[in-house]
Amino acid sequence: MSEWLREFPKELYIDIKKPIDQAIGYMMEHWGPLFDGISAFLRQILLGVQGFINLIPWWVLVLLVFVATWRLSRDPLRAVIYAGMLFFIGMIGLWGLMYTTLAIIITSVLISLLLGFPLGILISFSSRAGKLVRPLLDTMQTMPSFVYLIPAVMLLGLGNVPAVIATVIYSMPPIVRMTNLGIRSVDQEVVEASKAFGSTRWQLLGKVLIPQAMPTIMAGINQTIMMAIAMVVTSSMIGARGLGSEVLTGINRLESGRGFAAGIAIVIMAVLIDRLTQAMAKEKV
Amino acid sequence: MREIETVAQPDQRDIILSVNDLTMMFGRRKQQAAQLRARNRSKDQILRETGVTIAVDNISFEVERGKIHTLIGLSGSGKSTVVRCLNLLLTPTAGTICFEGEDIQAFSPQQLRDYRRSKVSMVFQSFGLLSHRNVLDNVAYGLEVRGVKKADRQDKAMEMIEMVNLKGWESKAIGDLSGGMRQRVGIARALANDPDVLLMDEPFSALDPLVRRDMQFEMLSIQEKLDKTVVFITHDIDEAFMLGNMVSIMRDGRIVQTDTPEEMTIRPADDYVRDFINSADKAQVYQVRNFMQVPSSLVKLQEGANTALALMRANDVSSAYVVDKRMGFVGVLPLDAAFRVRAGELSFKEALVTDVPTTTADTQISDLIPTASQTKYPIAVLDEGGKLVGIISKARILTSLA
Repeated sequence: MSEWLREFPKELYIDIKKPIDQAIGYMMEHWGPLFDGISAFLRQILLGVQGFINLIPWWVLVLLVFVATWRLSRDPLRAVIYAGMLFFIGMIGLWGLMYTTLAIIITSVLISLLLGFPLGILISFSSRAGKLVRPLLDTMQTMPSFVYLIPAVMLLGLGNVPAVIATVIYSMPPIVRMTNLGIRSVDQEVVEASKAFGSTRWQLLGKVLIPQAMPTIMAGINQTIMMAIAMVVTSSMIGARGLGSEVLTGINRLESGRGFAAGIAIVIMAVLIDRLTQAMAKEKV
Repeated sequence: MREIETVAQPDQRDIILSVNDLTMMFGRRKQQAAQLRARNRSKDQILRETGVTIAVDNISFEVERGKIHTLIGLSGSGKSTVVRCLNLLLTPTAGTICFEGEDIQAFSPQQLRDYRRSKVSMVFQSFGLLSHRNVLDNVAYGLEVRGVKKADRQDKAMEMIEMVNLKGWESKAIGDLSGGMRQRVGIARALANDPDVLLMDEPFSALDPLVRRDMQFEMLSIQEKLDKTVVFITHDIDEAFMLGNMVSIMRDGRIVQTDTPEEMTIRPADDYVRDFINSADKAQVYQVRNFMQVPSSLVKLQEGANTALALMRANDVSSAYVVDKRMGFVGVLPLDAAFRVRAGELSFKEALVTDVPTTTADTQISDLIPTASQTKYPIAVLDEGGKLVGIISKARILTSLA
């Protein structure tokens, strides 16, 4: 009796590991074609994005960053620094790997936005949908990513495709949340005005809610991109190539220099993307 | 259609909007609330028992075509709720609203949209403008959702912008405009649809008194030109009487009296109406904030008597206002006391007169007359935190009422 009070009673244990294993096993066995389909579809998008990026010669990208920074910040020095930072990635021999990583990030972010933006709109309109989605988003953000990397590998195999899925899971919540927040915080009188002039629901959404929420949505997009970059190294553990796998190799072989070089390249990418998207957001608003 | 009705018999009133037994409740247990209401329970009691707020309590009124009908009441009297029912931004709990004899609650969604697009337009207290669009595209919004071609709607919008005297501002962002100009945009936007009825929800309340006066006159001239029917919400009795052909006074969700301003002045329905009308001469416009000045001799506590003397001499006044570092009011330093501080007879702190009368910015000027006749110095105007925001002199108090 006192045993019960001191320690959690063993009689109340339940096993949830086995059912989950079984469920995944069942999915592997019976839903194989579905996952193959998803896998093939994602690979096509990824290849498309990669193909497109690879069309851009290194000097065009450097020039692009230079011009974009100059135009957005009107600060030539900053433009030189940013372009120089990008150039540096090439100089340390990581240009090709950076392109691979960039392709994974862009693909993941596109998918996140494609799914997350409408979802954000949906929960901004329906509090009931919001109640369902919010715990899901919390789970997506807090569940350690390794946990779903394992089933992702089992269902989709190793490589860039499960990496994209893991990255999408991790990077989607901000765009959903910020879209929802942005739309919900549009001035109520502006919404009333739009209705009072006989707008349809779609007109209200397209002409008033989304444009008014744009600054917040932009912040959400920026957050999503940053989260996607944060997954680069983690996803290399399930076989994603690029800068992340370079870091991993560095760790495995105890080559600090190799790890640092790739790490620095990731930081540069993150900083450039962050600053440029933020400046673009401000320009638009 | 319109033409036929305007030729109607002169002795027959041409009612464009009629509101019958309108009730609006907020909360879940409306049915119970209605039952309690039928048993003559008070609104407070109903709120306590059911959690339902009765914002509008069984009101009826009619709006005549081409007239300005003002609804006036204190905040919380339900007037904004009523006006939002007239275009169904809010759906009434009970009662009917008829536009040209048709029950607008029976409209299909498409009919309701058409009604909002071409029959009624609305002007909002805090303007309700789209900050991501320029003036022109804001004014054209109503036409845009109606599907008018771009060139046509811009022509029409330009015409309206000219009418409200904003020509030259059409490509400016909303953020670049002053409050008065923003409301002109709001009015132009409402007029662009060429509606029969304009609903105006305290349109000038957010503007300062001088601009408000301007807008009221402009409103009258526009109304004269376009002959629109207007339902005008306000809490300012002067505004209500100046603009309204017909005035309804609301209190606690009910209409106390609907009459012409003249009738209402001669024959107020009850004491409440009489008090309301009597308050006309000391309404908002006569608040202290509109007459106070920046004190010309403002001295920080740590600056001392010499600075104060220099300031008083420069500004030719006989008292300085002393504040602490955070603009908190400390007291008044009279000229003679300042000299005595310089002569070493008094310390700076001792010289301060701290028991001077103070007031707040939203006080009515007329309430200050007794104080003004007694005080030696201009009265200090403080905010809630005790910070000095201005001073008001005896002369200004007395001349403001002349």
